[in-house]
Amino acid sequence: MALDIVFAVGFQVLSGVATLLITSLGLAIIFGMMRVINLAHGEFLMLGAYAAILSARAGLNIWIAMLVVAPLAVGGIGLIIERLIIRQLYGRMVDTMLATWGLSLALIGAVTMIFGNTVAGFSAPLGSFAIGSFTASAYALFLIVAAVILLGGVWAILRFTPAGLIARGTMQNAEMASALGVSPDRVYAVTFAAGSAVSGLAGALIAPFSGVVPTMGAAFIAKSFITVITGGAAMLAGTFSASGLLGTVATLGTFATTPVFGEVMMLAVAIVLLRLLPQGITGRFFRRAL
Amino acid sequence: MNGIRLPIELTAASVVTIAAILILPHVLELFALINATVYVSMAVLALSLALVWGFGGILCFGQATFFGLGGYAYAVAAINFGDTVYAVPVAIAVPALVAAALGYVMFYGRISDVYIGAITLTLTLILFNFVNSTSGDQWRIGAAPLGGFNGIPSTPPLNMPGDPGNPLPPEWIFAVAMLSLLICYIIAKLILRARFGRVIVAIRENERRAELLGYDVRAYKLGIFVIGGAMAGLSGLLFANCVFVSPTMFSLFYSGQIIVWVMVGGLSTLVGPVIGAILLNLLTTWAGTLPEINPSLILGAILALAVLVMPRGILPSLATVLGRFRGARGMT
Repeated sequence: MALDIVFAVGFQVLSGVATLLITSLGLAIIFGMMRVINLAHGEFLMLGAYAAILSARAGLNIWIAMLVVAPLAVGGIGLIIERLIIRQLYGRMVDTMLATWGLSLALIGAVTMIFGNTVAGFSAPLGSFAIGSFTASAYALFLIVAAVILLGGVWAILRFTPAGLIARGTMQNAEMASALGVSPDRVYAVTFAAGSAVSGLAGALIAPFSGVVPTMGAAFIAKSFITVITGGAAMLAGTFSASGLLGTVATLGTFATTPVFGEVMMLAVAIVLLRLLPQGITGRFFRRAL
Repeated sequence: MNGIRLPIELTAASVVTIAAILILPHVLELFALINATVYVSMAVLALSLALVWGFGGILCFGQATFFGLGGYAYAVAAINFGDTVYAVPVAIAVPALVAAALGYVMFYGRISDVYIGAITLTLTLILFNFVNSTSGDQWRIGAAPLGGFNGIPSTPPLNMPGDPGNPLPPEWIFAVAMLSLLICYIIAKLILRARFGRVIVAIRENERRAELLGYDVRAYKLGIFVIGGAMAGLSGLLFANCVFVSPTMFSLFYSGQIIVWVMVGGLSTLVGPVIGAILLNLLTTWAGTLPEINPSLILGAILALAVLVMPRGILPSLATVLGRFRGARGMT
């Protein structure tokens, strides 16, 4: 009897970590590669969710809408935004944050004008399964698998493909890469689009349980921001370790008290962690990881 | 040159303040006057971030923390004390103390730029989440229920000193707000003229160099951060006097707005953020009356454009243009 509680709680922790990981990865890719903090990240999630829900309503298969349409649409939007805004502000981190914050507000406003301030939603496309006497959502299991695949996929691309090599080289030393014939501008454009696409995918993946509203990004941006900053410079190892730690704290805190205090505990842990490790987790550990 | 300019600037600010106190209550209707008081409280808030970020170079994404704390401290103290005048020092001291604790953790931990942004933003969110969840009877401080999502609708306004039964009319609250703005402006001006302020600006320009010259950078940053926190607390108090305190004071939207005011008005100026706050508030209020346009869209577009086109803000850009104009005329 006690064992299935352990499994049920463990499963919740895993799905909490997976959600945090999925929703932070797009931001982490952009921050890790370009040292750009995209504060419109939450709105990229929101756009992904809208892309999925609209194309599903238009009659597309829900899985295609979530896994294909959402990342492509938001990746495209990211490409345009990189051209119009981000490119003008390279090397000016604070200005980039402010401009993307403005973008975030503007996107919320624009989407509210178009779709109204009502919650749209679609139900999780999978049923539930049992852990002992508890039932768990099969969609949560899907999210955990998706998080693993996403993390593994990004890692494999960076580690094994020629494009990944160029990306890593530019990340380490943009000037040297440029001297060797790589165009950093193009690398950055592709990176930003890729990060946006991952955010769009994440938005579609979380839409079934978060609900789709123009302001849905606000619930995620701060958590993602904290996760990425707490993770530090190495984007994959950092995001993985930070979301593992913070997601666990948040979920266990939620079990012990209420969801609100779970979140408060998580944020408090993040502050303490940043005080102890001012360069984030990967500033001290796993330094040579990706 | 500064020696002559300072009295002129302070006199001009005082004249504007007195004129506003004497004229506006007769010109504006009651609702507009209360709105104007809200704008003035926002201007104080903008001034606080202008000091911390514009001059101190500390990227504080959570100035709304101190704004909200000031408001709540005032409301709770006012309900408990009865005489609301005694709540005023509480509303300034609580945010200042929190700023001191937070600043100590950050600056003495050698945390810098983005990480400061992350931590201050996080603290605002913690408070937003926490205060939102404080509905129910177990959440009360003395006689004051915190009220969770609804805030404290019964926030009492300031009263005549020593006369708790006699609350100040809106005209007086407006005058108090204007005077507070003037005092904060004068304090900021004096700080920046003093040695302390010069060191603060030196640290913003080059932290390493200031440190090598023997200044304890951490203490100076902490100092300006606490002063900014206290001012933000005062603005929260003024806001609580026109509206009432609610968790939205800690929201991301407020934190963002403050940054927009300072950015658009002009970093490293004092008048710029004040004007920025008032103009942008007028703009969002006006945009709110247009049914088809969402105020966030306008505010966001302005911020993005300001960063792209005038990264130093409206006022400094205007000054540059005027200066060029004047220079050209001088040559002919």
